[in-house]
Amino acid sequence: MNRHAGEIALDATASRNLDGVVAGREVVWLSGAAAQMGGQTIWSDVSLTVRAGEFIAILGPNGVGKSTLLKAILGLVPLAAGQARVLGARPKTGNAATGYLPQRRAFDPGVRVRGVDIVRLGWDGDRWGVPLPALPWAHRSRIARQRVREVIDLVGAQSYANRPIGQSSGGEQQRLLIAQALVRRPELLLLDEPLDSLDVTSQASISALIQSVCRSEGVAVMLVAHDVNPILPYLDQVIYLSRRGVVMGPPEEVITADTLSMLYGTPIDVLRDHAGRLVVVGQQDLPLHRLPRLRHSP
Amino acid sequence: MTTELNWNLVDDIRQLLSFHFMLNALRAGTIVAGVAGAVGYLMVLRRQTFAGHTLALIGFPGAAGATWLGLNTAVGYFGFCVAGALIISALPRRGAPNAGLGGFSEESAAIGTVQAFALACGFLFVSLYSGFLNGLNSLLFGTIIGITDQQILVLLIAGAGCLLVLILLGRPLLFSTIDPEVARAKGVPTRLVGTAFLVLLGVAAGGTSQITGSLLVFALLVAPAAAATRLTAQPAAGVALSIMLALLITWMGEAFAFFSPYPIGFWVTTLGFAAFLLATAYRGIADRIARHPPIPYPPRRVLSGSAGR
Repeated sequence: MNRHAGEIALDATASRNLDGVVAGREVVWLSGAAAQMGGQTIWSDVSLTVRAGEFIAILGPNGVGKSTLLKAILGLVPLAAGQARVLGARPKTGNAATGYLPQRRAFDPGVRVRGVDIVRLGWDGDRWGVPLPALPWAHRSRIARQRVREVIDLVGAQSYANRPIGQSSGGEQQRLLIAQALVRRPELLLLDEPLDSLDVTSQASISALIQSVCRSEGVAVMLVAHDVNPILPYLDQVIYLSRRGVVMGPPEEVITADTLSMLYGTPIDVLRDHAGRLVVVGQQDLPLHRLPRLRHSP
Repeated sequence: MTTELNWNLVDDIRQLLSFHFMLNALRAGTIVAGVAGAVGYLMVLRRQTFAGHTLALIGFPGAAGATWLGLNTAVGYFGFCVAGALIISALPRRGAPNAGLGGFSEESAAIGTVQAFALACGFLFVSLYSGFLNGLNSLLFGTIIGITDQQILVLLIAGAGCLLVLILLGRPLLFSTIDPEVARAKGVPTRLVGTAFLVLLGVAAGGTSQITGSLLVFALLVAPAAAATRLTAQPAAGVALSIMLALLITWMGEAFAFFSPYPIGFWVTTLGFAAFLLATAYRGIADRIARHPPIPYPPRRVLSGSAGR
């Protein structure tokens, strides 16, 4: 069922949305895409389709170019080969219909700018000038404030949105940044390891938040993950990137011993615990750096 | 000419304003403080204080060189500061992919080297131009005497231009300061915005140098802005507060310099330092009150959720 690099068309699985909802229109389409970094091809022959409202995880070992895949879709990194369409156009920066959360560490505790201001930057931070409080524009700035409040409510950040963001916890900062990415009602949300460096409780609640946004707002979500388990119950598709190729499909078909063994070129086991969580283990004599960093079991 | 300080404030101010040089000093101070307060706030947010400091020092060889060549010192200040800004922005920045959010990492050793070289050049120009010793002091530590009407005009044009560009940059500048990666994805030309800001910083430093001297520019560029960030977390209010503090510090510093034997640079710096100390103390107390009384909560369990790091 899993098709390998170059022949991943998702006709069969694309409509497998939750509740049997028929999948929406094509949001991202890549065909034979390749990316280079420092003159070296990091992935190639990637073809995939993402439809509106789908929740998709991008998995794979470190350094395989998961972040680069997001950046290529954003237009921050040019494709070395192949074609791409994002929301019906060539990927380019400044697309209001995509929300982006880069991979990062937390804000420095000394950053004294409020959470609301950070969310507001997502609304009109790319417009030149400063908002004028003068009369003709008051209407526009009221709309902006209203939308900012709305999206802060949506992520449940009311109680700390007015604090300097440096004083918020990692999970709180992540919620505010998700609010920033959502404030312009994007159709595509690109999240680069949003769960990284969060504690387990925050991981669960942020995953649930992303899932609910995905469903209620019909936003397609592409999420780069280190650990698939917090989001596993919500996923429609998994994209597994590796040096040996790319596989896309429903998680239960991609995260299997056979597929991963093929991708890593070495025998790999996938175990399931009683709660349905996945544990990926390599053979004992496997050099450490070749171990897939999919899951560290609790 | 008696400059007696008495306790009649109106009379003191009338005394102050009765001298043309003092009037000019206040005019120049007002322009410079307004610009320095606004640009300084963004500089502090962007954590480019080291770059700002260097730009201020680069003004010194500019001014010294201009004097040596018989040119207007303003030409030297602005010329060197803007050129310095362009050089600093062209320096390769070792931007780690995970460089922290909410500001730039400090531009490092290269800037420090440029700074030292600039100072050395300044002293070379000073020694090339003999009979310059009085001027040296005011180049480094500022003066309120001898600001000409023409100088004010130049400051006014530079200052107005600087503020106009700052307003135009506005939101994209704040965006690329707080969150450069997302700003770039949103189509903000962050590199261009950064260069433009450094040029503004150069103009602000060059202008401020003419009043406070190269070594004490910092008083006006950093102190009010640093105090403002401690008093408010709202960017718009922060800029306004920073400008107000800078104006207040400048006016008071000039008045004190007028009535006392001590130079303006000392007064402006001391007042700026006082404002910074007060704001820091206020922040500390306010934060402590916010945390107090401590809300009892169960100790957070350490979970292994971030084991992948």
